[in-house]
Amino acid sequence: MKRTLMTMAAAALLVLTAPVFADDYKIDTGHTFIQFKISHLGYSYVIGRFNDFEGTFTYDEKDPSKSRVEASIVTGSIDSSHAERDKHLRGSKFLSVGKYPGARFVSTVFEDQSNGKALLKGDLTLHGVTKPITLDVTHVGAGKDPWGGYRRGFEGTTRLSLKDFGIKGPGPTSQELEVLVVVEGIRT
Amino acid sequence: MLKNSTSEYGWIGITLHWGMAVVIIGLFALGLYMTSLDYYDPWYQKGPNLHRSIGVLLLTVLVFRLVWRIANPRPEPLGDDPPVLHKAAELVHRLLYLFLFAIAFSGYLISTADGRAVEVFDWFSVPALLPGVENLEDYAGEVHLVLAITLMVLVGVHAAGALKHHFIDKDRTLLRMLGINK
Repeated sequence: MKRTLMTMAAAALLVLTAPVFADDYKIDTGHTFIQFKISHLGYSYVIGRFNDFEGTFTYDEKDPSKSRVEASIVTGSIDSSHAERDKHLRGSKFLSVGKYPGARFVSTVFEDQSNGKALLKGDLTLHGVTKPITLDVTHVGAGKDPWGGYRRGFEGTTRLSLKDFGIKGPGPTSQELEVLVVVEGIRT
Repeated sequence: MLKNSTSEYGWIGITLHWGMAVVIIGLFALGLYMTSLDYYDPWYQKGPNLHRSIGVLLLTVLVFRLVWRIANPRPEPLGDDPPVLHKAAELVHRLLYLFLFAIAFSGYLISTADGRAVEVFDWFSVPALLPGVENLEDYAGEVHLVLAITLMVLVGVHAAGALKHHFIDKDRTLLRMLGINK
């Protein structure tokens, strides 16, 4: 009896202290970049980014398919390195940031492809429209940082069609944009 | 007669008044037009370039006009309106000056919000003063538009006053600003 109790207590202790593999991370906004690249007239590109966002993700090394991501972006923080263009991009012809101040991504599926690559599927809400999108994700690395924290980083790319989100776009050659996100999280 | 007297406007004052009136109303119309254009419109870049360049030159003329106004006698108001109406007319004049300065400054802030200079034709450029204020171009843009619309209302009040003098009081207020003697 005593022996059984001891075993149970030991088992309970073991369960409680067992390493939790699904770690939670908070996105480090100083080391995370949400960039886009869109054709200019078909002759070149405009590259821009969103400066104000926040998010969290969960990553389970043992079972990456349990990974989840959530992020929200302040659309008014769009920055294409030209204030007058940014003013237009925020306006009613494009992002309508007064009406739709936030964009949001919530992941639904993380398909690990076991070579450091994965497909991250989720719902993107932009310009008031929610559409499923898929990002090609590369796991860049993880480990201790020099300041006592633990970090993990990913890179993701996708293509978006402005039309899908009810945005007319500036012209016929500029209807699709490439999105590149570099995300670094600090374990919480 | 180039300078004003206490009863008449000189030719410099008259030219400044009507020349600026045309330019100011033109800039207002151009501003509304150019912001409505599609990206592929031939005027999409020409319009704003012209608007900025003329705007900066207008500001320098405005400064000169203010100096000219201070350095010259002011023709006395005509007609036998009560003093409160003279005060109101004078207030409108001052507001017109104030709004012109504020509109020029807010417009300058839109174009220089990210540290870029304002190019005045291919002639010279005005450097940025206040870069680095977040979303400055948006705030300055709204202020610029609201002030410009308010200015046009003031212009309407100012013109209505002139027409009242001409058609109702039948005095020389409007003719005097046109430099017509009789």
